[in-house]
Parts: sequence; C-alpha cells; structure tokens
Amino acid sequence: MGTGWAHIGTSITASFLASLVECVEALTVVLAVGSVRGWRSALIGSASAIAVLLLIIAALGTALTHIPLPVLQLTVGTLLLLFGLRWLRKAILRAAGLIPLHDEAAAFSKNTKAMRQHGNLPAAWDKIAFAAAFNITMLEGTEVVFIVIAIGAGRAGTLLPASLGAVAALLVVITLGLILHRPLARVPENTLKFIVGVLLSAFGTFWVGEGLDLHWPAADWSILALIAAYLLLALVTVPLCRNRSQTVPSIP
Amino acid sequence: MNSIKTILREIFGLFVDDGAFALAILVWLFVVRTLSPHLGHASAWSGPILFLGLALILIESATRYSRRRTLK
Repeated sequence: MGTGWAHIGTSITASFLASLVECVEALTVVLAVGSVRGWRSALIGSASAIAVLLLIIAALGTALTHIPLPVLQLTVGTLLLLFGLRWLRKAILRAAGLIPLHDEAAAFSKNTKAMRQHGNLPAAWDKIAFAAAFNITMLEGTEVVFIVIAIGAGRAGTLLPASLGAVAALLVVITLGLILHRPLARVPENTLKFIVGVLLSAFGTFWVGEGLDLHWPAADWSILALIAAYLLLALVTVPLCRNRSQTVPSIP
Repeated sequence: MNSIKTILREIFGLFVDDGAFALAILVWLFVVRTLSPHLGHASAWSGPILFLGLALILIESATRYSRRRTLK
C-alpha cells in the first residue's frame, strides 16, 4: 500500500501546526532575552541549539532506517499517543476553563523581568543570554524533532512532508519575529493546540494500530476518520467537563 | 549537569503529566495487543475498538480532573 494523499496532506498539516505552536513559544523567550540582554548572544544561543538538533535529526534518521517498520510504528505510535492525548486532554481542560489559557504577552513580560533580574550586561559575551536562548530553543526544538519523527517515521515517504511542514513553520515564525520584533500574541495558540492534539492523537492511534496489525475499515483513509472522531470527542468533552465542574458542590 | 537534568525532565513531561492517564493508555494498548488475535469476526473492527478504549480513557481522565478541581 503506497503513501496516499490522506497521509501526505495530514502529515504536512499536523507537523506545520504543531511546530508553529512550539516555534511561537520559543520565539517569545528569545525575543525577551534579546530585547533585554542584547541580540548577539541570544541569536548565537538559538542558532547553536538548532545546529545540535540538526545533528540529532541526522543521527536518528540514519538509525531509524535499521528498525523494522512494525516495531517502529508501535514504538513511535505509543509515544505519539501518550504525547498527543496528553496534549488533547490539556487543550480540553483549557477550553473548559479549568486550566489557564497560554498567553504569549504574559510569558514575554515574565521572561523580560527574569532577564533583568540577572543584573548588569557584560561587555561582549553574555553567558546568561546564550544559555537562556539555547535552552528554550533546545526544549521546544526537541518537541518539534519528536513530532516530525513520530508523524513521519510510521510510513515510507511521510518523513519528508513532515519535515517540510516543520521547516515552513520555523520560517514563518522567524519571518514574523524579524518583522514584528514582539511576541506573536495574536496567533490563536490555544485553538491551534486543540487542533494539534486532535491530529497527533489520530496519528498515534493509527500508527499503534498498524504496529499491532489491527484492521482499519477504510485503510489509509481511516486517518481522516480518526481525526474527525477525535475532534468530535474533544468538542463533546469540553462542555461535559465544564458542566461537571459547575454541578459538583465545592467543599466549604 | 543541571541543564541535562532539566532537558530529561522536560522530555519525560512531554509524555506523562498525569501518571494514571498515561498508565491507563499503556494498559489499554497491552489489552488490545493481547486480545486482538482472538477477536474472530470482530477483528475487522479491531482498529475502531482501539480508538473507543482510548476515547473512554480520555473522557474519564478529563472529567475526573474537572471533578477534582472543583472539590479542591
């Protein structure tokens, strides 16, 4: 069974949206670091982390080709399922008002405040700015690398579309960051996270099913049915959580 | 060293933030794996059965969290 458009299209979309969310979060911190402590060390920190991540991708990409596909689908699918369902659960709780919404503007002011507390700026090389930019790019970048590999490694021919989706997201965020010089607070991040949770859960379920040799009634097109089913499930669960939190009496 | 610890903690946190939720998912995968060869005619629906179990785990975990939040 070849790689169908159902997989290529959904791989690009899922990878693009998931990477967009991660890149926006990283940009907020890098902007905070750069605007308070100077751009040179912040940008070198981010660039170094991206270089390390590219090395990891190159090493993992080669290693993954030696693993039998069913084992890879089951392992990656299980991890993607844990990751995607955790993400979707949080998005549902956020939409139900049970946990706070993510706010890039608030994250930016928190990080600028933290950077100012480190005291005077050194003349040339700023270790604090380098470390802060390196850490956040590395952390968010690790998630992007995992998402790309998890979405792309389950079937031959989907790693490239998934990688292109992530690169497109990175370029969009870098371009917007260079133009605006402020956090992308208007990006509907919480809605994006909701959609990404649905997409990743659907991919994880499908890969695990393939790895366990389960039967999908619509073959490759089942991925679209899973996306629709998870979306419906999430939309139904949001009011359910909201109602539960209102009907259960609170302890005085 | 602290950086590596932070990164490892973050990586673990990517997959697990509610231990019971993650464990329920893993147990369900194990159950499906064990039972799928014995499903007979129902094996044509083994994929959707996997999804249904995961859907129930998600609903239970989210509603349990909302109840717990209110009782606090």
